[in-house]
Amino acid sequence: MKTILLSGNTALSYAVKQLDVDVVSAYPITPQTTMVEKLSEYVANGELNAEFIPVESEHSALSSVLGASAAGARVFTSTSSQGLLLMHEIMFIAAGLRLPVVMGVADRAVSAPINIWNDHSDIMAQRDSGWICFFAESAQESYDRTIQAYRIAEDENVHLPVNLNFDGFILTHTYEPVTTLDDDMVLKYAPKKRRRLVLDPSTPMTFGGLGSPEYYFEAKYQAIKALENSLKTIIEADKEYERISGRGYGLYKAYMTDDADTILVSLGSVGGSIRGVVKRMRRDGLKVGALSLKLFRPFPAKELVEALSKTNSVVVLDKASSPGAIGGPLFLEIQASLKSFDVNVPVMDIIAGLGGREIGPDDIRVMFNKGLKVAAEKKVDKILDFVGVYL
Amino acid sequence: MPYKTLKDLSLKEYFGPGHRLCQGCGAGIIARLVTKVAGDNTIIVNATGCVEVATTFYPDTAWGLPYIHVAFENSAAVASGVRAAYNSMVRKGIVDKNPNVIVLAGDGGTADIGLQSLSGALERGDHILYICYDNEAYMNTGIQRSSATPYGAWTTTSPPGKLSPGQKTGKKDLVGIAVAHGVKYAATATVAYLLDAANKIEKALNTPGATFMHFLSPCTPGWRIDTANSIKVSRLAVQTALWPLYEVVDGQYITTVKVPKRLPVTEYLKLQGRFRHLINKPEEVAKIQAYADKLAEKFGYGPIST
Amino acid sequence: MPKKVSEMEEGFVMTTPRSSMQTKTGSWRTFKPVIDYSKCISCAICWSYCPEPAIFLKDDKYTVDYEYCKGCGICAAECPVKAITMVREGE
Repeated sequence: MKTILLSGNTALSYAVKQLDVDVVSAYPITPQTTMVEKLSEYVANGELNAEFIPVESEHSALSSVLGASAAGARVFTSTSSQGLLLMHEIMFIAAGLRLPVVMGVADRAVSAPINIWNDHSDIMAQRDSGWICFFAESAQESYDRTIQAYRIAEDENVHLPVNLNFDGFILTHTYEPVTTLDDDMVLKYAPKKRRRLVLDPSTPMTFGGLGSPEYYFEAKYQAIKALENSLKTIIEADKEYERISGRGYGLYKAYMTDDADTILVSLGSVGGSIRGVVKRMRRDGLKVGALSLKLFRPFPAKELVEALSKTNSVVVLDKASSPGAIGGPLFLEIQASLKSFDVNVPVMDIIAGLGGREIGPDDIRVMFNKGLKVAAEKKVDKILDFVGVYL
Repeated sequence: MPYKTLKDLSLKEYFGPGHRLCQGCGAGIIARLVTKVAGDNTIIVNATGCVEVATTFYPDTAWGLPYIHVAFENSAAVASGVRAAYNSMVRKGIVDKNPNVIVLAGDGGTADIGLQSLSGALERGDHILYICYDNEAYMNTGIQRSSATPYGAWTTTSPPGKLSPGQKTGKKDLVGIAVAHGVKYAATATVAYLLDAANKIEKALNTPGATFMHFLSPCTPGWRIDTANSIKVSRLAVQTALWPLYEVVDGQYITTVKVPKRLPVTEYLKLQGRFRHLINKPEEVAKIQAYADKLAEKFGYGPIST
Repeated sequence: MPKKVSEMEEGFVMTTPRSSMQTKTGSWRTFKPVIDYSKCISCAICWSYCPEPAIFLKDDKYTVDYEYCKGCGICAAECPVKAITMVREGE
């Protein structure tokens, strides 16, 4: 194990190199570019024995890794924002064909207006595509999850694509010391094996046929259940990773939630800022807590409900919107989960940080105060609120 | 080894029967021929289209070779991925043989929605053979025009009317586009001339880098022709110079099937219902004839003799 | 025949090559090709142009497989010695 100074982008690239990926295909888009640059550099100087396909679009990036994965190769691609939207069509096919593709997503706002900064609009638009979907809070976590992702995606009980989300610029471009595993440890933890169902002339098989109404539903059901069932493998992979590296992340990171009057739930890098504010507000005697969710798909509803069932109010921080809906995408999940498990905690949604709008400590304090008010009044005045927008 | 007679073609079938392509479908003939020439060590990548829906109707696959269909516009990219996977896996000793990787895509999947990913694969020079089976419209969705539909043809979205002769534009020059990417081998073909096509497929597979074939493929319902006339119409396309057969080797255009005595385009048009509305429009037929004359000049086809 | 989820391969991959052969497309046919072997010169033209394929070389003879022949008539139209006749089914 050695510690190296890496950004989110280069941490992923480093993990991909150690994972001995066979085919990398990616198209540059801010803020993912330095990841592609690093990978092409590794391939060019022989540090990574892989084919790098410099495709002409993100659509082709994902399409080509699907082809490579179907042929049995270990593959990687990455993108962001508009690029991810361009991949949208193929994302569903990756899951439907049960291909263990791994993709880094440098989360970024989507047009219009065009904006290169962070929020989660890009990945939330892929919500129902059937992928396993992780969120990271640091470069270290991005690195660790990348290694976990291959073990999970390629597990015989899973065989599904995985996307690794890490916030654009905030994580992609910020350097931090990252403790890495030795190469042999990485491959021992996530060993390469040839799948039974691959494109190989010695065993001719047909991938991607037509599913008529007589068969489509069963094929779809199979992929839906595979995603649902992957939770078990995800938990085990994380435990095993923790055993070998000392670092595990679980499904969420809860901070001072046990006695909290209100809990602020978030995804991604903002979790650290929130915990900082919790610490300060606790000093003032305010019983606030934070929960940073690490896994968005499969949505760990049961586990999350347990973590939120004892509090008096829940505030969801959505860094994406679902225009016309009652709240943002994360809010909808959490509200539905709580109600489905008969937990009647009042929940409100706050949309903040769109297009890279900074979420500062004062904004977080505003969110907690709203949550404390809901807890005290035992009712939600405003189901959806916006923080940080100039009205 | 060049194919000299039909008996040089492999007796082994890698495709069908039992598929759901229409009676007399040109694409079925192409799929059979391509797989026979390519042989066992081959992976097929197919774009969404007639061939895909008619040959992979779950749980029936017509394919005796590894086959993948992902979507409509990306078959070249998928093929690049398959090739890259095998390059990498052969190098690492995971597998021992690098197979042929062949794309089969229709004219919509090639000239229209798939042109971008095709351009990418051709420009990168990925070692794949991309075959466009061109039936000159979106036949799978019910005969809508594409950029490969010939001038004057009726389709459901290029209907002739008071203000329109039918399709208002000519065919996109796909071989020209491929050649502009610097591919080392590109060619035209059609089902009437199977040996010409077989030799081209073999040459293409043996040429390093990306190669391209534009294969005219009669569509019996879409062209409004008798199901028995697929080959006849395909042959007339060549003999009228509307579909000259040539190859482009390292940028050099070479005519592969010579036609010393050409037939007038009316011989081709009159067999097809899609051109029926042009019968009493000599000015429109003249435009099509002028197009054929231009091609005849370019590829050294002879004068019209009736 | 419907398949249960458990009877499907992962990703609905089809693992039996040319399983389409279980679909007997001969039922599409209105006219059937009949080969007159007294005229047949075994040139392989009918065989090479068949889109199905439904013509096979059996004991050195090109033979129509009526289980699959859709009756398009290409073989009869292209036969250089007119050895193939299209006959209406049932006649």
